[in-house]
Amino acid sequence: MTLALTRRASLLGLATIAAAGRARVALAAAPTDQRFVVVLLRGALDGMAAVVPYGDANLIRLRAPLVPDQAQLLDLGGFFAFHPALNNLHALYRANQVLPVHAIAGSYRTRSHFEAQDYLQTGIDHAGITSGWLNRLVGELPAGGVAGRGLAVGMGVPLLLRGSTRIASYAPAGFAKPSPDLYAQIAALNRPDPVFGPAIADGLRAARFDHAALAIPDDTTGTLKADAADETTPTHGYGFPALAHAAGRLLASTGGPRIAAFQLEGWDTHANQMNLLHAPLADLDTGIASLRTALGPAWASTTVLVITEFGRTARINGTHGTDHGTATVAFLAGGNVAGGKVRANWPGLAATQLFENRDLAPTADIRSLAKGVIQAQFGLDEASLARIFPDSTAAPAMAGLLRV
Amino acid sequence: MDSDLTHAMIRFGFGPLTGTVPATASARDWLRNQLRGPDPFLADPRSAGLPSGADALAARRDDVLTRKRILATGKPLKGNFKPVSRAMFLRDAQAQVDWALSTKAPFRERLVWFWANHFTTSIQQGGVAPLVGPFMREAIRPHVTGNFTTMVLAAERHPAMLLYLANAFSVGPGSRAGIRTHRGLNENLGRECMELHTVSLRAHYTQADVTNMAKLLTGWSIDPKAQPTGFKFRPMAHEPGSQIVLGRRFPPGEAGGIEALRFLSTHPTTYRALAHKLAWHFIADYPPQSAVDHLADVLTGTGGDLGATSIALISLKAAWTPLTKIKTPFDYVVSLARASGMAQPPVGLMLGSLRKLGQPLWAAPLPNGWSDHGSDWTGSDAVLARVDFAYTIAGRHDGAAPMDVAQSALGPLLQPATATAIATAGSPREALAMLFAAPEFQRR
Repeated sequence: MTLALTRRASLLGLATIAAAGRARVALAAAPTDQRFVVVLLRGALDGMAAVVPYGDANLIRLRAPLVPDQAQLLDLGGFFAFHPALNNLHALYRANQVLPVHAIAGSYRTRSHFEAQDYLQTGIDHAGITSGWLNRLVGELPAGGVAGRGLAVGMGVPLLLRGSTRIASYAPAGFAKPSPDLYAQIAALNRPDPVFGPAIADGLRAARFDHAALAIPDDTTGTLKADAADETTPTHGYGFPALAHAAGRLLASTGGPRIAAFQLEGWDTHANQMNLLHAPLADLDTGIASLRTALGPAWASTTVLVITEFGRTARINGTHGTDHGTATVAFLAGGNVAGGKVRANWPGLAATQLFENRDLAPTADIRSLAKGVIQAQFGLDEASLARIFPDSTAAPAMAGLLRV
Repeated sequence: MDSDLTHAMIRFGFGPLTGTVPATASARDWLRNQLRGPDPFLADPRSAGLPSGADALAARRDDVLTRKRILATGKPLKGNFKPVSRAMFLRDAQAQVDWALSTKAPFRERLVWFWANHFTTSIQQGGVAPLVGPFMREAIRPHVTGNFTTMVLAAERHPAMLLYLANAFSVGPGSRAGIRTHRGLNENLGRECMELHTVSLRAHYTQADVTNMAKLLTGWSIDPKAQPTGFKFRPMAHEPGSQIVLGRRFPPGEAGGIEALRFLSTHPTTYRALAHKLAWHFIADYPPQSAVDHLADVLTGTGGDLGATSIALISLKAAWTPLTKIKTPFDYVVSLARASGMAQPPVGLMLGSLRKLGQPLWAAPLPNGWSDHGSDWTGSDAVLARVDFAYTIAGRHDGAAPMDVAQSALGPLLQPATATAIATAGSPREALAMLFAAPEFQRR
């Protein structure tokens, strides 16, 4: 395993860590072929649109115009069904590789997107913490941040991956590329700068690795070239399917990153929800399928966690949409996921069962789901979990999420 | 060049415009003079003929009809459907980005983009593309040196905002339209105007306050025939009865919503939030508390006079400390184009570059707008993309000597290491790439 890591490690300038005796022992002890991907849906996905509780008699009373025809729904075993756009996820569900977790929420109840997104990403239900729980996870991995090195996909690093452990990022190119020599001069000019020095150095190391892993020819001529694509590479560059495909190949490569995070927008459906939700759901669905294709055999050791900051009102609003709510759905997908069922302590949709007579009531905590999956995936002990999710004793790790 | 003036042009503007030097003895006078009179873009020939909000609404409606008509004939849309609203968006984008690139009043322009980001409307949602340009010209530009409450009213009543935050079709459940159609509230604008535009979460409002505010705003709607902006109040959709928001009772009718927005926009927590946001934007990611307090005092003392507050901002001692803020991609692209002397770069190049750098024009992903924190823009890939952009633009330049460009762009802020790198570079293109990728060029 150490040998396998060396290339990425040296590309990342971390060869000394990988070669050190203590790290070798730690690496040997670490299940470094495990991969973990978090997909943040920013804007509050309506959980009851994605995973429709059609078996609840009150659903139609609350939101008939938002419920697709029974014939179009993709059934999940008699009470819940996927939205018609989630074809690929449905196939994976039937292969027992998708686990929807319903009626779930963070501990936050104020219905502000922006606070809720911060809490979701920091894993803390108060302000003042500026690192994300996924960054802290990378720091807790036995490989000391080498094997578990994180990857932010798309322009910008989400709060989820920010913190004291340095994180690489990948986004498709599109500008002319300076020659290696000019890059080196620019890196040297920036080296003393505390912000741009490390960022450029990291970016260049990662880009070299990424180009090798993605088989992009190094371009020193200053002209633009597209990614050297295989037939399965989605062509539109910045959409989730294309980014997921590229990330899948990086995650699959020997010595590549093992942790990745995406952020997807388009979920804030205050009006015309039935029409507007189809495209982002289809994008999510295609993207996960594309990630799986790119991961190849590594899908067997990958878990994808899909989460959003909160759900939406149970009742349809005045403009055929929904407003900010509380509980929603989250998903796990992956080769080891104990899927093929919906996990939910269903609270019911009668007026008295709704939270504040308005929202799906939360019966599970997102931190429990996140803790449960990273514990199962990486074999972390309670002390590690407590460092990643401080003040979360009220949200114990969920058991039975993976088949391990 | 005078170092205060360079500092002022970079911190409060978009960097020096190559080949021009402000005719002024004092950096503070130069900044102050930009706040006098109306927004110069609105009188410039470049803004002539741009659509009003109502024109944009009409184009948006016509495009829907054209699209339907083409589909009904069985022809493919591709090649046959050229949306007028898309062309309007591009024309407005071109005009306003060009203005930012060439303006002699860049402080005022930075304030325009600051307030447009405060009142974010985005082409990402609500079919708002042709309306963001009119929103900038009708709701933001006329008010950046005026009164904050006036700007709030102009922004919340503009069709761009009413569509983006989905208020245009919100109906009071007890209104005549509500009873007849069983349509009802959409609380999006009610919530975001409190959380993001005025009082902020610090006011500790409740869900009932949000719902009541949304009720007060019912009937605030759109009409392509209502020149100039396209705002129309629809009494049939307005929720009857008075509503309580933050402990105050407001009457029904169009006037009730206006009164509620007046109350919210002059609330103490609003002034605190605005003061913090201004200091954060212009001074530092973590601005000194004394600076925030002073701006809040000015806002309170003047009842929200944004001109006076902007003058107070440039009078702060903290405004003249060394530059530490990281330019956003928009600031970076505009300042680079100003420094490189590109006259009228193609709108496609500007829009494409902004998208690749992570900040597509008028397309913030969420209603809280673009981040003002350096850490949101300095991921390794984002920084590398800036380097590549610098190199790309450097390749289009064929004018002044790189060292002259550097001296014009940074004046006394040009660091010796950068000057050496430029002087010893292998080609003018490489020299300019070094300048634009230098740490001191990335800051404002």
